[in-house]
Amino acid sequence: MSGLPLTFPHILLDNAKKFPPNQAAMREKDLGIWQSYSWQDYLEQVKDFALGLASLGFKREDKMAIIGDNRPQLYWGMAACQCLGGVPVPLYQDAIHKELEFIVDHSECRFALAEDQEQTDKLMHLKDKMPSLEYIIYDDPRGLTKFKHDWLIAFTDVQERGRRFGKENPDYFTNAVEQVKPDDLSLIVYTSGTTGNPKGVMQTHRKVAACCRGFNAWDNLDETGNVMAYLPMAWIGDHVFSYGQALCAGFTVNCPESTTTIVHDQREIGPTHIFAPPRIWENILTQIMIKIEDSAWIKRKAFHYFMKVAGRVEKKRIANERIPPWDSILYQLGRILIYGPLVDNLGMSNIKVAYTAGEAIGPEIFEFFRSLGINLKQLYGMTESCAYVSMQKDGDIDAESVGPPAPGVEIKISDTGEVLYKSPGNFLGYFKSPEATAETLEDGWLHSGDAGYMTERGHLKIIDRAKDVSRLNDGTLFAPKYIENKLKFSPYIKEAVAHGMNKDFVAVFIDIDYGSVANWAERRHLAFTSYGDLSQKPEVYDLIHEAICKVNKSLSKDAKLRNSQIKRFLLFTKELNPDDGEITRTRKIRRKFVANKYAELIDALYSPGQDSVVMEIKATYEDGRTTDVRADLKVRDAQAY
Amino acid sequence: MNEGKEPILRAENISISFGGLQALDNVSLEINPGEILAIIGPNGAGKTTMLNILNGFYKPDEGRIIFEGKERPKHMKPNDIAAQGIARTFQNLALFTGMSALGNIMMGRTMKMHSNIFSQGIYWGFSRKEEIEHRKAVEGIIDFLQIENIRRTPASMLPYGLRKRVELARALAAEPKLLLLDEPMAGMNLEEKEDIARFILDANEELGYTIALIEHDMGVVMDICDRIVVLDFGKKIGEGTPDEVKANPTVVKAYLGTAGE
Repeated sequence: MSGLPLTFPHILLDNAKKFPPNQAAMREKDLGIWQSYSWQDYLEQVKDFALGLASLGFKREDKMAIIGDNRPQLYWGMAACQCLGGVPVPLYQDAIHKELEFIVDHSECRFALAEDQEQTDKLMHLKDKMPSLEYIIYDDPRGLTKFKHDWLIAFTDVQERGRRFGKENPDYFTNAVEQVKPDDLSLIVYTSGTTGNPKGVMQTHRKVAACCRGFNAWDNLDETGNVMAYLPMAWIGDHVFSYGQALCAGFTVNCPESTTTIVHDQREIGPTHIFAPPRIWENILTQIMIKIEDSAWIKRKAFHYFMKVAGRVEKKRIANERIPPWDSILYQLGRILIYGPLVDNLGMSNIKVAYTAGEAIGPEIFEFFRSLGINLKQLYGMTESCAYVSMQKDGDIDAESVGPPAPGVEIKISDTGEVLYKSPGNFLGYFKSPEATAETLEDGWLHSGDAGYMTERGHLKIIDRAKDVSRLNDGTLFAPKYIENKLKFSPYIKEAVAHGMNKDFVAVFIDIDYGSVANWAERRHLAFTSYGDLSQKPEVYDLIHEAICKVNKSLSKDAKLRNSQIKRFLLFTKELNPDDGEITRTRKIRRKFVANKYAELIDALYSPGQDSVVMEIKATYEDGRTTDVRADLKVRDAQAY
Repeated sequence: MNEGKEPILRAENISISFGGLQALDNVSLEINPGEILAIIGPNGAGKTTMLNILNGFYKPDEGRIIFEGKERPKHMKPNDIAAQGIARTFQNLALFTGMSALGNIMMGRTMKMHSNIFSQGIYWGFSRKEEIEHRKAVEGIIDFLQIENIRRTPASMLPYGLRKRVELARALAAEPKLLLLDEPMAGMNLEEKEDIARFILDANEELGYTIALIEHDMGVVMDICDRIVVLDFGKKIGEGTPDEVKANPTVVKAYLGTAGE
């Protein structure tokens, strides 16, 4: 791909030259109306902001923290920062003070760009403790106009300064962009990490651009594409998809009006590609199930009947087998009656390809969406590889694997069963942590920490995190995530933590899905006061037990996993929460932490005959305050098959 | 704040009785431009009656109301008073339940629309331009109160906290000179209260609205109000900043419980 620009500032300049002014680079819904920005507008906005930053003293290699929902201004800020040879550091918008403090301090950010008053407020708290943070820039002025500080500036004011600065220094921008080189740092993203402090993954323009172009080529993404930007900007998936790939291919990125209007906005836009982690697909499925349960008897029956048909057809399609004519006719009928309207309701009628990545998806969830006719595919990657390792190819899909290696990627399995790979996106190293880098990156091979193997079809199959895979006392293979994902197919289960390492049997903690269980309870006139109260209702235990029985039945069919059926379970009275440290911001379970914090509960699970246990914990509010929670939890046996 | 400025509204020696009940007895109060004034008091103190007099729903038996320097005529109708620039919300919600949130908020603009029902029906020329202009203002309020996701939802399907917010939006849509809020946080949980408190503060600070409100939650009142008027059995027993009111022994005795305990 010689001749193509290799840094994002150069790609942006190229796009502004290449694409017509009537083609939208970005859209944002504001005051109920979609506003479009062309590539020329995009460049203009970035340029003004970059010059504004320069006038405030932003230098090459300076870091800028970016925090907030997906707004065009934040993406422009990211590009502006790169144009000056700086490094954007996107942060999770729901991060609490402690996390922000660590990252802003560790990355030595001199500048911060925040979306609104809520995020600015968090940064202002840090400002006092952290002299290295010099300027805070905000996009939405609401609630901030009363603060008058030299170091607190509105996005538009920075742009205004930029325009003045640009008049005085007409060549500044061009010169600055000229100095940006492909091997310059282009991004530091902090991985949430299931252990210890977050680590700053360093990526360069060349690496990110190579991966983005790889993705685009694989699924033919071009300037006719249309995507929604709604995932956290701090997730590598969003950076690659909504920023990198969009710049490389020239497709349109749409920013929803607010986090609560995404589904509606998505219907209006009709995106062609969607990228979402499994939890989003799980949520959508849960929402569908709730609505179906609430609908009329005949609709419910029709839905379940046709979903069975779709499931049968999809199994044949995946196996590349002939579909029986009768099923084929029924499927067409189902498309008119059920699948079509349903997919349209989700705003997914125009979808060419949908991706799931970031975590393993339950095969049942995966098959559900595929059977509706949505071309859902799995990707495998990590922040450290710019999300680029392996992905599924059209016509060669398999619910249980993550596809063949992507072009330019080599994969090998170590003697211990760990997946190692060389990807063009393999990172430069962890910021200021050479030891951690050396542990992960060896002779260009990245140690993924995932256990997996290559199937006969040449696909990579991930079993679980290598350190989580273990054995029960009787020697049965125990892969907790596999069991948890099976459980999470139930719309009533939001999160599950399976235990079994060095134990006699498998037992689980379960977080009910408040929305769907509450809905279920209401329909049965079951009174409850709160999440905690609802979770301890005997009826809810029965409901969850039913879901567990289904999982056990399916496990019993697999000779290798027969013995890893769930024998005991309990329902949590609180939701697992990243603020309490039980899961990461990307919703990965921090097993060691959970095992320590809830040691007593685990003991109760493994004390046959004990049918209740007292849970005493500290819960953390969003603003960092804590409170003591005490609750009696019931422990139940589950039926095995 | 705003010292030396003429109060936007002055109520002088207001008395009103219902049958044998003296609901208000010679109460005077002033609302200064740009402030948030709270009217507090135990149940039955006459708070809502006061609000009803301020927006002209009740006529006082005695006393007079001076709004923007002009005395209000004795028999002015509530809708004319609303047109003068006084908007209010109600303790018990008063939304059009079959109408969408957007429709309800648009209702707040009717006072400002000039085209008649027929030209509105045709939606052409001036009436079209007018509608677009008003819709834009309403969208600004929807954005301000962060209710984009319920724009098209009928009011009857909204949870209580959101209905309250829609009602506030409708009052804001009228761009009043004086905004009266009757227990804006009644029946809300802590989170909803914090949200509404934020919106009231923003409406005051960012948009510059003058606000008078009745509220039971003392914590909120003390936090967000500039001045407080305390009523008890129809009489004014105290007035001042939150700190002054907290230190006023009569108020403490009547409302907050006996001092020193």
